[in-house]
Amino acid sequence: MARRGGAPEVNAGSMADIAFLLLIFFLVTTTIETDAGLDRMLPPIEPPDSDVIIKQKNIFQVNINKNGQLLADEELTDLKNLRAKAMAFLDNGGDGTCSYCKGKKNTESSDNPTKAIISLKNDRETKYGTYITVQNELVGAYNDLRNREAQRLYGRKFTDMEAEYLNPETAQSVKDELKEKVKKIQDLFPQKLSEAETSTAN
Amino acid sequence: MSKFSKKKSGELPPVSTASLPDIVFMLLFFFMTVTVMKDSSLKVENVLPNASEVKKLEKKDRVIYIYVGKPTQEFQKVFGSEPKIQLNDKFASPSEVGDYILSERAKKSQELQNVLTTALKVDKNANMGLISDIKQELRKVNALKVNYTTYEGDAFRNLQ
Repeated sequence: MARRGGAPEVNAGSMADIAFLLLIFFLVTTTIETDAGLDRMLPPIEPPDSDVIIKQKNIFQVNINKNGQLLADEELTDLKNLRAKAMAFLDNGGDGTCSYCKGKKNTESSDNPTKAIISLKNDRETKYGTYITVQNELVGAYNDLRNREAQRLYGRKFTDMEAEYLNPETAQSVKDELKEKVKKIQDLFPQKLSEAETSTAN
Repeated sequence: MSKFSKKKSGELPPVSTASLPDIVFMLLFFFMTVTVMKDSSLKVENVLPNASEVKKLEKKDRVIYIYVGKPTQEFQKVFGSEPKIQLNDKFASPSEVGDYILSERAKKSQELQNVLTTALKVDKNANMGLISDIKQELRKVNALKVNYTTYEGDAFRNLQ
């Protein structure tokens, strides 16, 4: 028997349910995951051609022992004070050549931020978590100082500028402009963080 | 009698389920194109430490992963409970890291080979000795750009 009025219309009422089901499925299963972490450069393995002589006062020695205790500049230091100490060292400007430094200009401490080196040494038994905390504080010290200068020169934070510069979605024209600024700030406080080889002797 | 026949015509016609397979196929194809197969399953405990001064690791195609941590429960009988390195899908010794990096680097396209980053996903309870060995190996193969992958958070929580 031929049907009158053609095929019956499909009930689209459950379409919404299906769509919701899909939506919830995606919400549950996908994770918007970009890994984040501390970027570091390792020193090249071949030794430099000539031994550079660095004045002792330009080196800020940080030692971590196997119990997670910290020796910063030959003083037992609490981890919480490390950042302030590192900043005071970097920002010192001992020889007066640094026009933007706001440190104490102590002649016993670093000459200029471009010469100041932080040397990090750890024991083989040191916990990785402690090591990362120390790294974080040292990078934080640099970032705080760079933020201060960026705020003074460009009115915004260095970390924001860098994040925008590294973001692949940023337009090329903006990037070119940021590149110069980022470079300039980085030159004011170059990150000189040397990692000595670990000691085996306890 | 005429009343009954009227009622019958008012009933809903059955839903045509003919397009259901199409929908399911669409779903299937969508997943096949969008999702990426997980290339390695974790065989080590991997609770990353926290850090606040983090940078995002953009562009996953230029990252090589190295996992370090205690073997998980099921592998502890065979491999012990000391922290181990996991490369791809198997446990490795520090001396194999260099070869692994070189082979991974060779797999990437020419223009990416110089901008690769090595992401170290290390359990926070691992010892630095092993990490130092890895770092030494990385220096040997000139893979100098490393990223200590962490969670974003207060760094002092690592100490507890």
